[in-house]
Amino acid sequence: MCPKIIMPPLLEIKELTTVFDTNRGRIKAVDGVSLSLQQGETLGIVGESGCGKTMLALSIMRLIPPNGSIINGTVSFQGQDLLKLSSEEMRSKRGSDVAMIFQEPMTSLNPVIRIGEQIAEAIRLHQKLPAKDALAMSIEQLREVGIPEPERRARDYPHQLSGGMRQRVMIAMAMSCHPQLLLADEPTTALDVTIQAQILDLISELKIKNNMTVILITHDLGIIAQTADNVAVMYAGRIVEKSAVDDIFTRPLHPYTKGLIDSLPSGGDDIGRKYLKTIAGSVPGLYNLAAGCRFRERCSLAYDKCAKFEPDLKEIEPGHFAACWKVQ
Amino acid sequence: MSNPLVDIQKLDKKYKLASGMFNSQERIVHAVNDINLQIRKGETLGLVGESGCGKSTLARLITRLEKPTSGVINVKGENINTYNKESLKAYRRNVQLIFQDPYSSLNPRKSAAVIIREPLTIHGIGDRNTRRQAVLDLMEKVGLSAEQANRYPHEFSGGQRQRIGIARALILRPELIIADEPVSALDVSIQAQILNLLKDLKDEFGLTYLFVSHDLNVIRHMSDRIAVMYLGQIVELAETKDIYDSPFHPYTQMLLSAVPSYDPQKRKGKATIKGEARIEGVQGCIFQNRCIYKLPVCLEKQPSLKRMNDERFCACHLAGSIKVKE
Repeated sequence: MCPKIIMPPLLEIKELTTVFDTNRGRIKAVDGVSLSLQQGETLGIVGESGCGKTMLALSIMRLIPPNGSIINGTVSFQGQDLLKLSSEEMRSKRGSDVAMIFQEPMTSLNPVIRIGEQIAEAIRLHQKLPAKDALAMSIEQLREVGIPEPERRARDYPHQLSGGMRQRVMIAMAMSCHPQLLLADEPTTALDVTIQAQILDLISELKIKNNMTVILITHDLGIIAQTADNVAVMYAGRIVEKSAVDDIFTRPLHPYTKGLIDSLPSGGDDIGRKYLKTIAGSVPGLYNLAAGCRFRERCSLAYDKCAKFEPDLKEIEPGHFAACWKVQ
Repeated sequence: MSNPLVDIQKLDKKYKLASGMFNSQERIVHAVNDINLQIRKGETLGLVGESGCGKSTLARLITRLEKPTSGVINVKGENINTYNKESLKAYRRNVQLIFQDPYSSLNPRKSAAVIIREPLTIHGIGDRNTRRQAVLDLMEKVGLSAEQANRYPHEFSGGQRQRIGIARALILRPELIIADEPVSALDVSIQAQILNLLKDLKDEFGLTYLFVSHDLNVIRHMSDRIAVMYLGQIVELAETKDIYDSPFHPYTQMLLSAVPSYDPQKRKGKATIKGEARIEGVQGCIFQNRCIYKLPVCLEKQPSLKRMNDERFCACHLAGSIKVKE
């Protein structure tokens, strides 16, 4: 095997910590997360609700809700720390360099503005263009994402479109300024499975065409298996396992990842098997997290060390990281 | 074959969309369109389809939360649409629902014990002590502890709330449970716990399930037979193994091919799936705009649900002659 040429990563996150101050106290939604992405890579981030995967994405975009703040870490994009930019500078990064699409397109689109104009508005925020040209560009963008009759559709309001078409509009908007990095937060969760397949295809197509880097956030391991190059598994605000996609499914190291994969009703080999394997208990609340490993109360391998010290992410096999005392 | 528990014949439900100030056209939505279906005692019948295909409407018709436009639903030989108030109350003792969202389906101002006990109170069953005992017994069976009886819904996690919903459905010892997307709102690690529980309870109480879901992996794990719905019609009905091994209807094939596989080695190429479900003003087959096998006859005649062999039904002019594309 010839050695890989080492390129500087497009995005490198180090020790990112995002906290929220609520009336019940302070919680760490993202707790010391480190990640890096190469140009052209698709990173899947998988985890259950409340594990901090959306807050991680919003922290990268610097769009966290007002009661939250990033208290530690760096997010360097092409060598520049996004967290050090003024809000003015950050605003010009959003859209043109880093764009994001969300789970529920209906709540992200303005219901009283025609979709063509909404996309044109995004374009004009980043490029000085006459309104007419921006509108023409937005129609082109709609064609790119596979909306039939884009000239006519551009005059529609969001409610006139189906869920799948609305998500295409969101993607058109996100792509309108040719971002290098696309954050897709559960982009197909609200959609039917046949429409989901179409949208995932569209994202991969656009990614290859524009040499884009993608962070795909989802709770669905099937989507991860089908689209990601690398995977990070999050649990209660931390990354517990990280590797190439094949390794996660064939040799999961962390007990949580193993449990997740085993609990899937996957069809194939569980036919005739009456019971699914389960992970006991449920995700711990982030208030008053006890010391030690966050997964230990649900873990069958836990021993005394797990209650005292929190395991860090360590490289167990080349390129395969896990945060567990039992797999060191 | 024994008599079916539920026998649905030529069931139709149309909704009129009210014409408004800006919309003078009156539209009719055909939510359930000429459905024939039997649910056998003791089986789990899976009902799968995409959003808007009418699967929840069908569930509501069987529980008589809605009345059909036409058609008959016989349960144990009696037409439930002729029931008066009294016999309807007795019927509902026997047929219970488990809902999708354990957050909105539990009253936040009532404790778990009160929520689970309420059906007994409504139907005037037992006295204070026997009700209390029944609630505690059932809580234990669904995996809740007695100390949790006086807690309120917000103190429970999603999975535990769903357990409360299940206990509430079971307290009247019904024969038929209609589970409408019971695990869709739950996280993966909790989903498996609830599916296992539903299987256990089915054996213990001798239940029959109509299991409604859009998740093809979940429905495969749970069901004995599966009915595939598309735009208000049942397009395929067969034993679970047959549906997954050799789907007859092009829509079933398309659905199955769209499910992302958990094996990164088996990445699917570009999806063959085109278009979206659409029905308005179409003559002939409801699936024609997305079908890759379309023939001239499909534009003219709506195929009916035909028996292919003992246990298999399919509504396609080409049923049996098209093979799954690998």
